[in-house]
Amino acid sequence: MTDKKPSIEVSDLTKKYNGFTAVDSISFRVGKGEIFAFLGPNGAGKTTTIKMLTTLLTPTSGSIAVNGFDPTVDQNEVRKSFGIVFQDPSLDDELTAWENLDFHGVLYNVPKTIRTQRIQELLQFVELWDRKDSFVKTFSGGMKRRLEISRGLLHHPKIFFLDEPTIGLDPQTRNKLWAYIKDLNKKEGITIFFTTHYIEEAEKIADTVAVIDHGKILTKGSPSQLKIETASQTLEESFLKLTGHEIRQEEGTVIDRMRMIRRRR
Amino acid sequence: MTRIMNTIYILWLRQLKRFIRSKARILGSLGQPILFLFALGFGFGPTFAKAGEGNYLQFLAPGVIAMSVLFSAVFFGIEIIWDRQFGFLKETLVAPVSRFHIMLGRTLGGATVSCVQGLIVLLISTIVGFRPVSILGVLLSLVIMFLGAVVFTALGTAIASKLEDMHAFQLIMNFLIMPLFFLSGALFPLKNLPPALDTITHLNPMTFAVDGLRATLTGTSHFGALTDFIVLLGIAIVFLSIGSYLFSKIEL
Repeated sequence: MTDKKPSIEVSDLTKKYNGFTAVDSISFRVGKGEIFAFLGPNGAGKTTTIKMLTTLLTPTSGSIAVNGFDPTVDQNEVRKSFGIVFQDPSLDDELTAWENLDFHGVLYNVPKTIRTQRIQELLQFVELWDRKDSFVKTFSGGMKRRLEISRGLLHHPKIFFLDEPTIGLDPQTRNKLWAYIKDLNKKEGITIFFTTHYIEEAEKIADTVAVIDHGKILTKGSPSQLKIETASQTLEESFLKLTGHEIRQEEGTVIDRMRMIRRRR
Repeated sequence: MTRIMNTIYILWLRQLKRFIRSKARILGSLGQPILFLFALGFGFGPTFAKAGEGNYLQFLAPGVIAMSVLFSAVFFGIEIIWDRQFGFLKETLVAPVSRFHIMLGRTLGGATVSCVQGLIVLLISTIVGFRPVSILGVLLSLVIMFLGAVVFTALGTAIASKLEDMHAFQLIMNFLIMPLFFLSGALFPLKNLPPALDTITHLNPMTFAVDGLRATLTGTSHFGALTDFIVLLGIAIVFLSIGSYLFSKIEL
């Protein structure tokens, strides 16, 4: 096999906000070319963890190494090495598909000729080449996700983060999205780190699953290992055994309110 | 170096593209200035003249132009609140680019767009009867407009970097932006004011933008064009520094 250094290595990572502990001393590692899933209910700490890995949030304590670099110290080195699809869309609706990708290419310093070539390849890969000059505001949710995937790959990152990527998408689009991701992982060896609360996604797609709840990692392993560990037939059963059947008490945050406004538009 | 220029340029270009492509927004933003010009310009005209102050439309137009630049610039800075959760901003924050360059590109783009809006209002005011004193004056007024726009875009960015809630924005509009506009000499001369009002207007950056526009477009001014320019330049540098510091501290 190739070199043993992990893509992502996290040790005792903690994040506290005003006395509330969102992420509680978690540790894990993701090997190169692995597909790793963070599975947990809403409010478990999944998005907070991704934000810390991707330089958007500073940890309270603990250590992180993404592609060998520390996100709190070598921010730009870390940023060059990953691509990301956020939970909420981060495209510019008033620009065309092509312009959105071109923009990304400039920010990531991809030289013009290479940029133009890759934009074409990637738009064809996600089957949006015929819509390259359409404004993104005319795209459906699924199309926007596909565009974001193609954008995140433009600079050929080693790691690809996806934060709850299939929320709100129909089964056909979901299937298609995961097909692209698995294809990428197999062909290019890109490490995939995704968060989800859809158990069947974790079961079907991931090599390793870490179950997270209340900011703690309850257990991790391959889906089959987890089923054996919890003496369950399905991963769903394992999950419910580990996290319980209670509905989570959640606080509506400002972001939730904004999401509701957005959906009404 | 080219890398930095490319980044700033593309962020600047993006603001322009967005502006040109939103006809509804352009038209909408002209409503208030036109209303002010008509209602106040023609409404107060006779009284103003009778008080010996001359043509009110000539006096008012620079104030209204400044108003459109101010509002456009602040709104633009405030856009960050929405953008940071649902928009493009996250993409820029995660890119291997310095936050300062992102902020600079955005601010310059926003300021340019605000100037274009100011120019459109200037054009409309000439249709209504306003007469700028010279072409050179118009060109110089662009400099003042741009500086004023930078000041207020940076202010909007600074405020938005600290806010998470769109509703707080309403508060800011009513308790900061409106007072800045109304207490700036845009609508009334700065002579013989009661002491409290006098102090406030002198501390308001908007006052110097309005006065600068009046100086370059109509040849009359309270402080002198050069003073206005220097004060605005100083404030622009301070606000840009504060704005980019706060912007760099944004955590999602």
